[in-house]
Amino acid sequence: MCTSCGCQGQGTTMTNLQTGARAEIAALPEHDGVAHSHGSHGHGHFHGEHHHADDEHHAHGHDHSHAHARDRGGHDHAHEHSHHRVDLETRILAKNDAIAAKCRAWLAGREIVALNLVSSPGAGKTTLLERVIADLSGELPLFVIEGDQATSNDGERIRAAGAPVVQVNTGTGCHLDAEMIARALSELKPSVGSLLFIENVGNLVCPALFDLGEHAKAVIFSTTEGEDKPLKYPHMFSAAKLVIFNKIDLLPHLDFSVERARENILRVNPDVEIVEVSAKTGAGMQTLYDWIRAQRTAVKEQALV
Amino acid sequence: MHELSIVCSIVELASQAAEGRSVRRVTIEIGTLSGVEPEAVAFCFPEVARGTPVEDATLDIREIDAKARCEVCGAEFPTPDMLSACPCGSRQFQRLRGEELNIKSIEVEEAA
Repeated sequence: MCTSCGCQGQGTTMTNLQTGARAEIAALPEHDGVAHSHGSHGHGHFHGEHHHADDEHHAHGHDHSHAHARDRGGHDHAHEHSHHRVDLETRILAKNDAIAAKCRAWLAGREIVALNLVSSPGAGKTTLLERVIADLSGELPLFVIEGDQATSNDGERIRAAGAPVVQVNTGTGCHLDAEMIARALSELKPSVGSLLFIENVGNLVCPALFDLGEHAKAVIFSTTEGEDKPLKYPHMFSAAKLVIFNKIDLLPHLDFSVERARENILRVNPDVEIVEVSAKTGAGMQTLYDWIRAQRTAVKEQALV
Repeated sequence: MHELSIVCSIVELASQAAEGRSVRRVTIEIGTLSGVEPEAVAFCFPEVARGTPVEDATLDIREIDAKARCEVCGAEFPTPDMLSACPCGSRQFQRLRGEELNIKSIEVEEAA
């Protein structure tokens, strides 16, 4: 994402850690290509090239319901024009959702179960994936799309564990979006009947909103976090189909009530399934694998309908 | 800050719909349970809009309060947060509104 204005034309890169192939992803294309070029000039638009005589940087956004894109400094240039309303009635995320729908159809057609793993940073997503790859790669093909703002540290860990992985670096972006997944899928080429993990950017807020075409979102919630995390981040817990309650090996050392945590999870999402695991010791992992196998069976049956 | 992505989508949708004309006003709806902060959207909008057909536009944000219908007692009640229960105590309900995230309309300039 462009650090100047926030548009996602620049800064997101994708690296195939098997081949080393690297590409830029224009996750949300530039603003219709109109007078907003991000060329080799280095985002200069923010610093002056579109400035007008009556334009100045100004404080904005303090009014809760109005934001003026540009302060016209009292110059009214609308007097010679008439206004015309165009009704749109469109979901703002329609484009993301359309791409996500394509991804979902592509995955379903190939009987691939795609799980979108979300959590706060440090909840143990990568360690969990390492364990899953070690335990399940003899049983079924596993693929990973690894999302982080920067570095391919986690992607390298996944590759070392033995799964093909495409690293997506979002730059300043706080979540993966459907376009990134579409691009990563075309690079990763997960095989028919495989299990695809999308390790989202560690963040319990933003990834909740973006459909990636996944089969399910799974929140990893660890015992080193507060029991009230589901209440603090209800959107994410409410969007999840599964909560993977991780680091249960640490419980003897912590002042943490599993009962209260479970209550809070179910308060936000009464239908969610919860599995308690330790990715480190392997405790509880069989329950997770059974859940994954059940999802695969469901996806296969769906494909026959 | 997912609001940045949201604003990018708003600017892109409005720019496309404007078909080359200059946009004077963009009207959007944000439900109170949509997970999107209206203040953050308003904050990002001017910088994302700069250099696009939307750069002179006013952003009108209509906030929509959330409401649900209880599946036990049938009452409609406001749900100001994700954890609200029906006054009857039930947590089984259907959300009627409050999750909107829509671009309603734009006003464009037509040369006289």
